[in-house]
Amino acid sequence: MSQDDRVNIALLSCGSEYAGIQAELESAAEMVNARLVYPEIDVAILDTIEMDFGLQITSPDLKLMMARTKAVAEGTARVDGVFVASCFRCAEAAIVRNEVRRYIHKYSDVPVISYSFTERTTAGTLLTRMEALTTIVRRKHLLAREHQTGLTAGIDSGSTTTKAVIMRDDKIIGCGWVPTIRVIDSAEKAFEQALQESGVKRDEIQAFGTTGYGRFLIGDHFKAKLVQEEITVNSKGAVYLANKQKGSATVIDIGGMDNKAISVEDGIPGMFTMGGICAGASGRFLEMAAKRLGVDITELGDLAIKGMQKKVEMNSYCIVFGIQSLVNSLAKGSTPEDVAAAACHSVVEQIFEQQLQEVDVKEPVILVGGSSLIEGVPKALGELLKIDILVPLNSQFIGAVGAALLASGYVGE
Amino acid sequence: MAKVFIYPTNSLILSDLVERFGHKPLAMMGKVREKITTVGIDSPPLNITPEDPKLGLKYAAVEVPAGVRGRMSLVGPLIDEAEAAIIVGDAEISFGCMGCARTNELTKYLARKKNIPIIELVYPKSEEEGREFVYSIAEFLKSLPMEEGSA
Repeated sequence: MSQDDRVNIALLSCGSEYAGIQAELESAAEMVNARLVYPEIDVAILDTIEMDFGLQITSPDLKLMMARTKAVAEGTARVDGVFVASCFRCAEAAIVRNEVRRYIHKYSDVPVISYSFTERTTAGTLLTRMEALTTIVRRKHLLAREHQTGLTAGIDSGSTTTKAVIMRDDKIIGCGWVPTIRVIDSAEKAFEQALQESGVKRDEIQAFGTTGYGRFLIGDHFKAKLVQEEITVNSKGAVYLANKQKGSATVIDIGGMDNKAISVEDGIPGMFTMGGICAGASGRFLEMAAKRLGVDITELGDLAIKGMQKKVEMNSYCIVFGIQSLVNSLAKGSTPEDVAAAACHSVVEQIFEQQLQEVDVKEPVILVGGSSLIEGVPKALGELLKIDILVPLNSQFIGAVGAALLASGYVGE
Repeated sequence: MAKVFIYPTNSLILSDLVERFGHKPLAMMGKVREKITTVGIDSPPLNITPEDPKLGLKYAAVEVPAGVRGRMSLVGPLIDEAEAAIIVGDAEISFGCMGCARTNELTKYLARKKNIPIIELVYPKSEEEGREFVYSIAEFLKSLPMEEGSA
């Protein structure tokens, strides 16, 4: 990437430099050829900004954050994207962070992502978010792609499983799904499965796309034309598979280690949020619940459908405490069906509480990722949101499909 | 000479007043200078690394946000060292500002809890109040012992 591609990201924070993570933020920005900038303001605005926002707060740094937000929204600070960051567990900052995001969204079309950090936040954690933010700025033409053309492969190296698909002219002709153990070996296995099913030879593939946690490693290995984080890829894959590329949509992806909620407009991701501090809202929790109930993860959904979640109290940010609730419920005599339903409901409730408050939920809501196949999960989400949840065919291959679709933009180059 | 903790911790006016009366101001500027001139640390712009919020655990528990603990790793040792304190409430941002309201509450609490001479004032709104403000601080500073370590 040249210096000309460099994008300016406004860092709106109330003290990332005091939390010891400034170097991590700078480093994540550097990795995606972005520069963190700090919008200048007239100091007098600090006296009136609370009235402008209609929000009275006590922390001066949060007033500064709101003043900088206004500068971005009004265009006096010319930036390509905004990264809003505040301390995890700070109530006042959480309120302002949300309002800042809404304000920018209401008064401008500058893409925004918000994140709450701890001193343990690393550049690696921030990278996916920063990459998605810069992709929206930099590669709108690629994101506008609606059809897969040619013969392309997509590989999604996830935290728990590796998925591969081979597509030809808008059709999935082969797929593979294996547990992620050694990143490259697992990608090779999944790809081999997809090759066998499709009946095509490896050297016939015109372009590879990779995504997921292992995207850089397998991207190098397969000489991928597209190496892209999963927020962009999965949202494209979701609206493509659900045939909802025009208009608004909300994509919810419950992954093995984290979850994402993305609002999409005409196939292009806008606001998005990605969980990752607490694991109670991840597929891993469902895996552990299945293990404790003595069933395979593929059977958990069937079990949950037969149960009543209301009979079991379970709602935890944390996997360990969630499993503790599960064990206690079983010890009190709850049925495995009720416990399975409660586990699905708990995951969905966490996503509702942690992620869906940060994006505008617009129908259709498309649920993707391996967890979408556990029937209890879409059922619980539908009950919570009181809308029908769309789970497209092949939703578990969402990242791989999105990668194959976007990689087809490079066919013939 | 007494070591006088000031609040707001980065108030140049308070720091200057303390110095004029022969005492040592304990202010944020000194701590930040120490941070940014220490060789071998690389976390711009303040050179606060993830280790600093852990040092802040001496003053605030782990569930307190990292930004508060990071700030307390700078402010806390100043309070520990203090032999007297001047606390100015409701100050304008230009007079001095610490940014985070939770840190401010904790800072003032820890200073008050320490058994040292303290003067607490409200930031003046008029010239007359301003004169009274400076006079009160001057009288307080004059009342502090001048011999080193005797406060």
